[in-house]
Amino acid sequence: MTVDTLINWFATFGDFPVLSFILAVVISGIPLFLVMALNAMIAVYVERKVSAFMMDRIGPMGQGPGLHAGKWGLLQTAADAIKLLVKEDTVPESSDKFLFKMAPFIIFIGAFLGLAAVPFSSTLQVVDFNVGVFYIIAVGSISIIGIVMAGWASNNKWSLYGAMRSAAQIISYEIPAGLSIIVPIMMAGTLNIQELIQYQNGTVWGFLPNWIIFNNPFSFIAFFTFFISAIAETNRTPFDIPEAESELVAGWMTEYSGFRWAVFFLSEYANMLVVSGLAVAGFLGGWQSPIPGLFNTGAWGLFWFMGKVSLLIFVMMWFRWTFPRLRVDQLMHVCWKVLIPITMFNIFGVGIWKLIFG
Amino acid sequence: MGVVKGDQMILNIGPQHPSTHGVLRLEVMTDGEIVSQIRPHIGYLHRCFEKHSENVTYEQVIPFTDRCDYLASMNSNFGYVVAMEELMEIKVPERVDYIRVVMGELNRIASHLLALGVYGLDIGAFTPFLYMLRDRERILDMFEYTCGARLLYNYMWVGGVSHDLPKDFEKICIDFLDYFEPQIKEYNNLLSFNKIFVERTADVGVIPADVAVSYGVTGPNLRASGVKWDVRKDEPYSVYDKFEFDVPTGTGKFGTLGDCYDRYWVRMLEIKESIRILRQALGSIPSGDVHQSIPKKIRPPKGSIYRRTESPRGDLGYYIVSDGTPVPFRVKMRSPAFTALSCLDEVSRGWMISDVIAILGSLDIVLGEIDR
Repeated sequence: MTVDTLINWFATFGDFPVLSFILAVVISGIPLFLVMALNAMIAVYVERKVSAFMMDRIGPMGQGPGLHAGKWGLLQTAADAIKLLVKEDTVPESSDKFLFKMAPFIIFIGAFLGLAAVPFSSTLQVVDFNVGVFYIIAVGSISIIGIVMAGWASNNKWSLYGAMRSAAQIISYEIPAGLSIIVPIMMAGTLNIQELIQYQNGTVWGFLPNWIIFNNPFSFIAFFTFFISAIAETNRTPFDIPEAESELVAGWMTEYSGFRWAVFFLSEYANMLVVSGLAVAGFLGGWQSPIPGLFNTGAWGLFWFMGKVSLLIFVMMWFRWTFPRLRVDQLMHVCWKVLIPITMFNIFGVGIWKLIFG
Repeated sequence: MGVVKGDQMILNIGPQHPSTHGVLRLEVMTDGEIVSQIRPHIGYLHRCFEKHSENVTYEQVIPFTDRCDYLASMNSNFGYVVAMEELMEIKVPERVDYIRVVMGELNRIASHLLALGVYGLDIGAFTPFLYMLRDRERILDMFEYTCGARLLYNYMWVGGVSHDLPKDFEKICIDFLDYFEPQIKEYNNLLSFNKIFVERTADVGVIPADVAVSYGVTGPNLRASGVKWDVRKDEPYSVYDKFEFDVPTGTGKFGTLGDCYDRYWVRMLEIKESIRILRQALGSIPSGDVHQSIPKKIRPPKGSIYRRTESPRGDLGYYIVSDGTPVPFRVKMRSPAFTALSCLDEVSRGWMISDVIAILGSLDIVLGEIDR
């Protein structure tokens, strides 16, 4: 369901281009917001449970609805959300109040815009840009402005440290992420996400699905460089130095509470969904079934896509509860001296591969 | 801190901060991420331990020693009662000595487990912390079984211990050790040999042996710098001279001698040595009455005594002055964590803020003991 189809459908009722455009955007925006909220709620619950099982705990538990947190703690995130909504909205006395209040919205916009181009299935995509990959990478950087804003406006040294670290980290890791995603683009010859996924139809090497990750050794490496950069871009462990709790208390989020903090949280999980979605679309066949030609139509696309995205998000959680944290200079070392040379080499490699075999 | 230049900033780490291990405030002079000077501000947890002791009887001091190093209360008790018995020239039954060694070593394991787990937390690894606390819990259960308390035991008394070992304690303890020994391998696989962990700790915060000695750093922190000094071995007290154990020292396993990794690793090795001592002690606890040499009234002769023992944090010394009354004239505690903290400024100059957290964590300080 793209915005274009909605606009075309409205056009059948008469010629109101502006009104139908606004209506189409709002109608497709509300479910997108719901997806974002639902994603955060499920992801927080899963994160709690996954971390609990990894740590030999049982995580949130309860006796039943109305008591504690529901069966198996299923209502835990709902309770969390209510708690965050009714919390006092504190704004520090010495902060730059306008910027302080603006920052969560800008971060939210970054995540929200990215979600608009995520291909949930062959038809379920809000906007099907002809430069979709480029668009997601581009709007992903908007959140840096919000982070630096939040860190600066808080007028807190921890926030400032967190914001500066975060800005340096996200800007640096955009480069290997972008260079890695060039590999699928070179192979498919398109920036359109749907065409990129269509390209991955069929089989390769006889039995494997024709996903770009299985296509050649360079794209195999490119998937991992992209995934590592994606983890760094979403500020997850082992790259969570901007909000390193044992060093910077809570980094750029230190002064935020209540709903404004919840918006950060929502955006973080939405960002995880977006970067995992891009990784799935670019390397893991998007909504294509893992068994070529089987269950490959209609709503199965949504199932496969969300399944693959959930797997990647689970791996991110797995990393988070296993690895310690890198130091700032080590983080930059990994980016500039390890990932970028590998991705550069990959681009040459895949070009030569295409010349010989393609 | 003197003059703050334009590109410098003073950062207050603490007193409310996740990784100051209590209420410690570090005034840090930073230039970007680089730290040029640190001034620790202590005393937020000051409870007048030494002044209190001058107003209560000798046996009433023991609960206060619990509250100094609350992570190794048994060892705090141990040091005080050993000093008192030497002052009063009491010979305790051998069973008491064995029980004390067992409790002291169990508490050393518990304390080191917490130190290592929290160190992982400082570096950013959450899971090892819970694994180690899970196993520490079983040690606390054994203490609870023995004396009813889980944190502040007041277990060792002058001349004896408060309760005899409960039924089947030896078996429970051996069962625990059998379960616990393979766990060390799990910790190592999860944390100790993790590439990121090694990168963060090796070569960071090196304390050369001469600096460590000149600051009076003791315990695992000193041994990590390559100085083989352990009170249990070099000035044996109680029945430590009857057991066979090694004193692990730093070797610069992944980096330089005396770095953060060495301090971490020495503690891990000490846990193994403690298990060795425990296995020897549990197999040979003599029978007897644990209360028989507890004096009716504690009234030491005029004089003074300084006795040091090996707590999990280092040389824990008690200086006790008696004027012949049932109330001590002066009790002074030499805190190993205090001297360890004093070298923080020199060691962490030029490192990054993240490294300061790593260095502070590797020193394993307990603020209850520093502030007293």
